[in-house]
Order: sequence, then structure tokens, then C-alpha cells
Amino acid sequence: MKNPLESLPATVFMGVVLTAIMVIIMIAVY
Amino acid sequence: MEYFDYAWITFFFRWLHVLSGVMWIGLLWYFNFVQIPNMAKIPDEQKPAIGKVIAPAALFWFRWAALATVATGLVVAGLNDYIGQALILGIGDGVAKHTAIGIGMWLGLIMAFNVWGVIWPNQKKALGIEQVDAEAKKRAARIAMLFSRTNTMLSIPMLYAMVSAQNIY
Repeated sequence: MKNPLESLPATVFMGVVLTAIMVIIMIAVY
Repeated sequence: MEYFDYAWITFFFRWLHVLSGVMWIGLLWYFNFVQIPNMAKIPDEQKPAIGKVIAPAALFWFRWAALATVATGLVVAGLNDYIGQALILGIGDGVAKHTAIGIGMWLGLIMAFNVWGVIWPNQKKALGIEQVDAEAKKRAARIAMLFSRTNTMLSIPMLYAMVSAQNIY
């Protein structure tokens, strides 16, 4: 399976997803 | 607030932190959005212009900016008196700001470790600054690229976390 980090758009997408997860956790906790 | 008082010095280190952070992330994004995607378009005989001249120069400022960003960031956290709470992600103190800046700090520390611990050692091999055989060179180039991409990915939540700490918490 190809490493998604080899694709720049996939890399940026994963970064945005990580950010969204972080935002959701912050809203849930605080 | 007067010039050169505690509040101003705290701000001054934040300014230095943003300056060095801009250089670090700017060069990171140059590598990932500009250099890597365009290398394949360069004829082989012209590639040394990047490999021997541009990339080493960019990597110099990139890695020292990373170090400066970490150092000034730790000073900012210390002067603002949240360094301890932030590094434990504000767990237990009920202050959202500590969690937010702490997440940003840890992401930044991981990114800085990637720069000095993985990207730079592998780039030295990939660019021929350190002599290795062709197979090792190719492997080093791929590892450097993957970790540079990892840092690009992490820079997105890192900036959100840090800016949110100052603006929404």
C-alpha cells in the first residue's frame, strides 16, 4: 500500500483532519 | 507597559519566536510545495543546481531556524509562566489555554526532533555531503522526504493550537 505521505494533497488533508480531531477534543473537554 | 519592562521583554521573545518560526515553516513548505514536486521536471544534468547549491543553503537556515524557534518558544512559555502546565497538556488544571498551547508545543518539539534527528542526517547522505553507496543514498532521500511530509502535516494542527491559545482561550 502506498504511503499517503508521498502525496502532498493527502498530507495536507491528514493535517486538516488532525486539526479537526483536536478541535473536537477541545470542545468536548472544555 | 513601558519599553524594556517585563511585559515588553516577554513580547520581544514572542516576536523572535514568530520570526524564526516563519523562517522554519516557510522553508519547510518551500521543500514540500515547491522543491520536491518539481525535481522530476529538472533534467538530470541540471539537478546538481538544487542538490549542491539550493538545498544545502535552504537546509542550513531551515535547521537553525527550527532550533531558534524551539529555544525562543521555551523562553516565551517560561516568561509567561505556563511552561510546566503546558508541557503536561494542562491536564488537571482546567485551563483550556494550557492544553491548547501545550499541544502546539509538543507538536513543535516533535517537528524539531524530526528536523535534527531524521531529516538533516538523511539529507546529508542524500545530497552527498556524507558519502554513502547509491542504495543507501536513495533510501536516505526517501526517509528525508517522508519525515519532511510528516512535519508539513503536523504544522497544520500545530499552528491552529498555538494561535488558538492566544486568541480563543
